[in-house]
Amino acid sequence: MCVQFFLLIASKTSVSVTYIVKAQLLVVYLPRGRRSIGRTTVPWNTGSMNTSTDEEEFCNEKTALMSAESPSVPLYDDGRGSQRAKESQTVRHRSSSSQINNTDREDHSSSRVSVTDSEVEELSLKYGAKHVIMLFVPVTLCMVVVVATIKSVSFYSTKNGQLIYTPFTEDTDSVGQRLLNSVLNTLIMISVIVVMTILLVLLYKYRCYKFIHGWLILSSLMLLFWFSYMYLGEVFKTYNVAMDYPTVALIIWNFGVVGMICIHWKGPLQLQQAYLIMISALMALVFIKYLPEWSAWVILGAISIYDLVAVLCPKGPLRMLVELAQERNEPIFPALIYSSAMIWFVGMAKHSSGSLSSQQEQDSDEEACNNRPEDGDLSRNTAASENRVGAVEELEEERGVKLGLGDFIFYSVLVGKAAATASGDWNTTLACFVAILIGLCLTLLLLAVFKKALPALPISITFGLIFYFSTDYLVRPFMDTLAEHQFYI
Amino acid sequence: MTVAVFFGCTFIAFGPAFALFVFTIARDPLRVIILIAGAFFWLLSLLMSSLVWFIAMKASNNEDYQLQRGLLIFGVMFSVILQEVFRFAYYKLLRKAMEGLVALSEDDSSPISVQQMAYVAGLGYGIMSGAFSMINILADSLGPGTVGIHGESQYYFLTSAFMTMAITLLHTFWGVLFFDGCEKKRWWMIAVVVCLHLLVSGLTFLNPVYEGSLPPAYIITVAMGVWAFLSSGGSLESIRNSLTCSKSSVNSQVGS
Repeated sequence: MCVQFFLLIASKTSVSVTYIVKAQLLVVYLPRGRRSIGRTTVPWNTGSMNTSTDEEEFCNEKTALMSAESPSVPLYDDGRGSQRAKESQTVRHRSSSSQINNTDREDHSSSRVSVTDSEVEELSLKYGAKHVIMLFVPVTLCMVVVVATIKSVSFYSTKNGQLIYTPFTEDTDSVGQRLLNSVLNTLIMISVIVVMTILLVLLYKYRCYKFIHGWLILSSLMLLFWFSYMYLGEVFKTYNVAMDYPTVALIIWNFGVVGMICIHWKGPLQLQQAYLIMISALMALVFIKYLPEWSAWVILGAISIYDLVAVLCPKGPLRMLVELAQERNEPIFPALIYSSAMIWFVGMAKHSSGSLSSQQEQDSDEEACNNRPEDGDLSRNTAASENRVGAVEELEEERGVKLGLGDFIFYSVLVGKAAATASGDWNTTLACFVAILIGLCLTLLLLAVFKKALPALPISITFGLIFYFSTDYLVRPFMDTLAEHQFYI
Repeated sequence: MTVAVFFGCTFIAFGPAFALFVFTIARDPLRVIILIAGAFFWLLSLLMSSLVWFIAMKASNNEDYQLQRGLLIFGVMFSVILQEVFRFAYYKLLRKAMEGLVALSEDDSSPISVQQMAYVAGLGYGIMSGAFSMINILADSLGPGTVGIHGESQYYFLTSAFMTMAITLLHTFWGVLFFDGCEKKRWWMIAVVVCLHLLVSGLTFLNPVYEGSLPPAYIITVAMGVWAFLSSGGSLESIRNSLTCSKSSVNSQVGS
């Protein structure tokens, strides 16, 4: 039954993962020695802003960040994901390759002004750690929702059919046959994803934006209305709550409409973030339900490899997508990207900093920013960053990081599968959770080191898989035996 | 075996750790990262020691109860030693990171000090250790069942919770002391930490004679707490100063 729905939902998954974008970093020194390091990938053109980065400063940032284990300031720009989403019409596929793209260098223009940078670097470092946490929190929330649902609502952990993209059953007699079937399922799934990605690149290349938008909206509709209705129904069944249809209709209608508005148009940032997390969780739950066990693990592994290939190879579809998006200087479709925008103001004199959350990126800067005068003599115009003469202040504005929904989905699939199938063991779930977070941290660190587009899935999924299997087979017997005797290590 | 037991044991086991996290770590992103990395290192050490134990167990006779118990004891000891080795490795990693942080900043001071890193790393170890020991037990305490149905102790959940709390706090203090010993090159401190860890784990072999394991563990916890506090520069005076909120010329750097 759900097979058909997957088709449409598939587009959602295509927002793949990983694109971690730091939309904009702008540092402006007032008044003299204007130095701005910024990159804007968004619609407005800040003529007066120089996006520049000093080479040596980059190096400093780079080494600093590398040793400090924080992601660097440089912009991660990645265009993968949402484009893919559209075309994946009926394809239940997910855009896997998460890609953390740091292409600021290519992006921005010239004017390099040398700066005394230790301050900037230290701020960069602080921002780097802050960005890691800004990603930790939503990923953790999504995983918590998925694990809580899996552990309480039995619907999502019972097997009830398979999708057409994994036609081979795993109810076979021999281990070899089962393995073969899962590998075949994976091959089919991955090839569907590859085809869809290429289709997406072509669509994007030939500017079929309306088509893409249409698909996005359709898939969001399916997720926000149909799947949340199913989810609500199952939760009610689990807790034996009596409910009537008009109430449910009202709830789902409100939930869905507000979600559509928040995601596709405007809305409070946190509400949009919450909705994106919820739809990622819903998607992950559906995957957990309909992917057979061995196929799920093989698919997770294969997706990571595909991600690696697609992002790093010169002719990889994702890389081409990113380059196209950069050439056109367009933002990726925001409906499928989780964004956590933030604006920092730093006064050089007293280094007071404040953070204001801004709205979604598609809004223009002026709207999005809340101005907070620094020392009362600085009025900020985000687009143009006017400087007040005489006030030696450092203004820093930074947009938050962005992460494609596909990443959320696949991390949650891994942790959810661990929760569902690891013989009721919570240690496995916990181990996978920590492994994924560390993988994310390492990926951001690598990004700071290499400063180019990197896939974000492989490290986390690899760690997650290693920890899942080793915890389930090695650690679990050990800990169970220890608990039996009440020994502590 | 009810929700009450579940919540009670959860708060006993994880209350202090949770409070420490919320009040000292949650605000600072760098500390959160160090905490999670510490948890990861503990996990790695557990993985390796489980591997060794698993191989030993599979290679030996499964029916021989004494042999299996002996292997388990060996597994525990090996795991403790491996945990300390990984703690040292984590110390080295943090040191390298610290150098980078110092090089970055303009006034040659790092945004986080070694003592703070030691505390956070120790807490990461403690939280992960406690979670792995306790979460399954907590999950079981919710469901239907009878405690000690074959004649074992009735206080299984409670003692597990208390032991977990002790272990969590101990790891935190050991982290501080261990890093301090490494910084000042006092190898005897490290040796003492390792020996005490072995001792506490060894005491749990006396379970279910809880008198033999819990009170000594708590005595050691308090002793470690005091020692960690003193070694990070705290003193009676600094306590008094912090309580009366008065400024003092003495270096009032508080350890944990």
